[in-house]
Amino acid sequence: MVSNDLNIFLIFLSAMMVNNILLIRFIALCSFFGVSNSIKTCVGMGMAVIFVMVMATGVSWPVYHFVLVPLDLVYLRTAAFILTIATFVQLEEMFIRRTFPPLYRAMGIYLPLIVVNCAVLAAAFLCIDYKLGFVKSMVYTVGVSCGYFVAIVMFAAIREVVDYAPVPRLFKGHPIAFITASLMSLAFLGFKGLFGL
Amino acid sequence: MTETGFSSLLKELTKGFLKENPILVIMLGLCATLACSTSATDALGMGLAFSFVMLGSNVVVASIRKLVPSQVRIPVFITVISTFVTIVDYTLKAYFPALSQSLGVFVPLIVVNCIVMGRAEAFSSKNTVMASLMDGIGMGVGFTFIITLIGAIREAIGNGSLFGHQVMPALYQPFVILILPPGAFLVIGFLMALHRKVMITFYKEDG
Repeated sequence: MVSNDLNIFLIFLSAMMVNNILLIRFIALCSFFGVSNSIKTCVGMGMAVIFVMVMATGVSWPVYHFVLVPLDLVYLRTAAFILTIATFVQLEEMFIRRTFPPLYRAMGIYLPLIVVNCAVLAAAFLCIDYKLGFVKSMVYTVGVSCGYFVAIVMFAAIREVVDYAPVPRLFKGHPIAFITASLMSLAFLGFKGLFGL
Repeated sequence: MTETGFSSLLKELTKGFLKENPILVIMLGLCATLACSTSATDALGMGLAFSFVMLGSNVVVASIRKLVPSQVRIPVFITVISTFVTIVDYTLKAYFPALSQSLGVFVPLIVVNCIVMGRAEAFSSKNTVMASLMDGIGMGVGFTFIITLIGAIREAIGNGSLFGHQVMPALYQPFVILILPPGAFLVIGFLMALHRKVMITFYKEDG
């Protein structure tokens, strides 16, 4: 688990590898199995997630600590976070379309999808639950989103190969994808011993 | 789906069980399924919490479906869902602190559980309150059934117990891997293959 007295580098590694959001914590699996058919889509999706997640934590942390806590409205955080994030992603989408058209073409279509990606909301919640400060929250979020990127791109690469493998008929498609994910998760479990977190 | 006869209501109720099972067929809501199934107790708790939210949001969305302009429907649905999620979250914290502790962040995350949103958007925004109620119960039962099954398999093989009671003989060496994260993927992979086998055998459907 992440605690506030870990140093920044360890928070990053722990968020990215040891507690990998997809393979160890099981958050955002719908997109993991949904879009992971080709590496190209996954790179776009992964980039968009990094971008949105960092922005979302950057907004929701101040909302929680400067609005909800002083007004004693902590019980509204679920509703408040999801509405803040949804609004913010819309604004970002418009902003990117205006100012950086190439970037928009690369990841634009994934932005609306990400609003309902649990990973974004989960990162915002976890920063609050772990009682991290603002800087550490941002580092943690960058770590989580990089972990997402690494895992989904690797998974897509493996799936492209598995498509050509002689798989029993009953296991074709999704069942074999889950078993692939299981083996990857096993590999990521090894990082736990490596860093001793 | 506009007919409101008894048989069609029954169909809405039972389809969530096998034919349109939210986890195995629609493949939504996987996060909670995998993360909260390390023991049968946790799995059942998650299943019931989810069913309550599903039921509540389906009924409310269906009853306000004619009042909400379609441009703002998504934020409205999200607000409805998050209200029910907050109710569940605080109820669990107050009456079942241990369960709430072990489910952790996954209770507030029901709000982005795609099944709830998906059913609100695809079903209850277009159907009567009664049909949506049945759909909600069916989806809830289907989800609870599968998640409890996964939880029971993982707990029995990985820990030798069921709902906290020892079921395996004392000499049994548990396969701890099944209660670790990789075990969740493994069990659901095999269940999906089994489900496909059942569908092919009994419903003559080629999956």
